[in-house]
Amino acid sequence: MTLFSKTLLVVAALALAACNNPRGGGTFGGGGADGFGGMHDGGIQSGSLGDPNDPNSIAHFQQRIGDRVFFTTDSSSLSEEGRATLNAQARWLTANPQFSIVIEGHADERGTREYNVALGELRANAAMQYLISQGIRADRLRTVSFGKDRPVEACPEQRCWDVNRRAVTVVSRGRTS
Amino acid sequence: MTRLFLLLSALVALLAPLAPAHAQPLRLQITEGVIEPMPFAMPAFVPENSAGAQYSDALARVVAANLTNTGLFREVPRDAHIARVSSFDASVSFSDWRAINVQALITGAVEVSGNRMTVKFRLFDVLSGQQMGQGMQFAGSTDSWRRMAHKVSDAVYSRITGEEGYFDSRVVFVSESGPRGNRTKRLAIMDQDGENVQMLTDGRALVIAPRVAPGGERAVYTTYETGAPRIALMNLATGQRQLVGDIPGAMTFSPRFSPDGQSLVFSAARGGNTDLFRLNLGSGQMQQLTSSSSIATSPSFSPDGRNITFESDRSGTSQIYVMPATGGEARRISFGQGRYGTPVWSPRGDLIAFTKSHAGRFHIGVMRTDGSEERLLTASFLDEGPTWAPNGRVIMFTREAQGGDPALYSVDISGRNLRRVPTPGPASDPAWGPLLP
Repeated sequence: MTLFSKTLLVVAALALAACNNPRGGGTFGGGGADGFGGMHDGGIQSGSLGDPNDPNSIAHFQQRIGDRVFFTTDSSSLSEEGRATLNAQARWLTANPQFSIVIEGHADERGTREYNVALGELRANAAMQYLISQGIRADRLRTVSFGKDRPVEACPEQRCWDVNRRAVTVVSRGRTS
Repeated sequence: MTRLFLLLSALVALLAPLAPAHAQPLRLQITEGVIEPMPFAMPAFVPENSAGAQYSDALARVVAANLTNTGLFREVPRDAHIARVSSFDASVSFSDWRAINVQALITGAVEVSGNRMTVKFRLFDVLSGQQMGQGMQFAGSTDSWRRMAHKVSDAVYSRITGEEGYFDSRVVFVSESGPRGNRTKRLAIMDQDGENVQMLTDGRALVIAPRVAPGGERAVYTTYETGAPRIALMNLATGQRQLVGDIPGAMTFSPRFSPDGQSLVFSAARGGNTDLFRLNLGSGQMQQLTSSSSIATSPSFSPDGRNITFESDRSGTSQIYVMPATGGEARRISFGQGRYGTPVWSPRGDLIAFTKSHAGRFHIGVMRTDGSEERLLTASFLDEGPTWAPNGRVIMFTREAQGGDPALYSVDISGRNLRRVPTPGPASDPAWGPLLP
C-alpha cells in the first residue's frame, strides 16, 4: 500500500537515544508495474509437430528418435543409452538441416537453486558437445539451463528426480537466436 | 556499546532482586538462546487526540507481535493487567506490574492530525522501577503507521538485548503460483513480518534468487526474460530495471552486491563451466575472479568487502570456499559430511550461513568464517537459501515439505524459534534488506 520513498519518517528523539544507530543511505520502497516488453519465457509459440510417421517431423524426432537424455545425481556424464539417443538425434539433425536446436539442461530438486542452474548448463553442454562431435554445426546449437525450476515430473520421489535430471533437445524451424 | 553485562533472562529473574538499584537487569543474551522468554506488557497506545484512537490498539498489537515473534519475549495479556495506562506522562504504578510478573513495560501514545501522526513510547524496567533509556518520538505519515510500530519495537529490542533491531526492514522474495512443472514466479517485496506484500514483476518471466542492495534501494536477481538466465538490476522505488553483466554466449546468474553497492559478483556459465565474475556497476568494467574447470556459484561478500565466500564442486562435491574479493587462491572451509552450498556472510562478519545436504536431509547451518564451530540450525526434506536479518541474529530461508509447497521460515542463530513467515501463497528465495533509516 505504501511507497516508503514517499513517507519519510522523522525520528525525533524526545531526548537523544544513545544506542540508536540508524544506517545511512537510501530508501527501500515498493516497486511499480512490470514494464519490460519482449519477454519470451511466458510467450506462446505455436507450430505444427507433424505426424510422427513422417520421419522429418518434430513429432517423429520427439517420439521415435527421443528428444532427451538422462543423468545420474550431480553428474553431467553421458550414459551409453544417452549417447545412443544423441547419435540418433545427430543423424536426424543432419538429415534435417532446416531445424535449429536449443538444448535445455535440467536438474532434480535435490540441490540448491543456483548450483542447479550451473549443473543444468553442464548437462546441456555435454549433450551439445556430443552432437558437435557427431558433425552438427555449432552455429545451429544453443543451450539454456533451467536448473530445478522446470521439472517434468513433480513428485518428491526418486522416480521423478530420475526423469528430471535431463537434457532436452528442442528443435524448431529457423535459426537459433 | 558494551555487552559485558548480557545475561540470560532466567538468571536476571533470579538475580534482579539482589542487584543494586542502579544495575540494568533487563538484559537478554541472544546468542545462547533464551529458554525462558522475558514477560512484557504492551498496553494500548494512549490516544492523545480523538483521531489517534483508531491506531492505539493496532500499534500495540504490532509491537507485541514483533517482540513475541523473536522468541525472546512473552506478552502478559492485557486482560491480566491491573494498572490502566490512561496518560503517557502519568507515573507508573510498578507494584501493579510486578504483581503480574511483568519485567518490561512499554507505554505509548499516538496523536493523529490529518495524514500525519506522532508516536511516542517509553520503556520501563519493572523490577528496578526505573525507566530504561529516554522516551522517543516518531513522526510521519499515517500510511507508515506499521513502520512506526516497527521503530518502537526496534528501540525496545535494542535496549534490552544490546543488539540492533531488525523489525523495520523489508524482504524481497519470489512469490510462486501455478503448477509445479511450469511455475509462475514473481519478484515480490514485503515487510519482515509478512505485511504489505507488493509484486515487483508480472510473472511472464521466470525469476529466481534476488538480493537486496546494502542501502535497500535496489535489488538484483536472475531473470529468464530473454529466454536464458540473465541478471536484472531493479530500482525498488520506481520498479525500473535493466539487464546488466552481459557476457556473450554465457548464462549469467547468482548476482550479489558488494558491501558498498558499487559492484556485483555473479556466476557466468558457458561451455560446461561456471566461473565467478565481478562487475563494476558504474564503469561496466568486468573482471573474472575464478577460472577453474568446475562450478563456482552462490558468492557472498564479507561485510568489509575484502573476501568472497562461494560454493564450488572443484573437490568433487559442493563445498564452501573463501577467496580474496579480487580473485586469487580459494581456501576450502567446509569439511563436514555431505554437500555444502549457498554460503552467506553474516552482516556482523562473524559467521557464514549455508545450506547443507546429507543423507537425504537438508539443513540450514552456520559456521565461523574459517569453517570451525559448524552448527546446524534446521533439518527437513528441503531447506535452502539462508538470508540474514540486518542484525545478524535471525536467518530466513526456504523450506519445502515433502510434496508440499515452498514457504519462508525464520530461525535464530541458536537454532531456536523456528517459525513460518506468513506469505499470501507459496514463496521462496527470501532476501532480507537492511534496517531502514
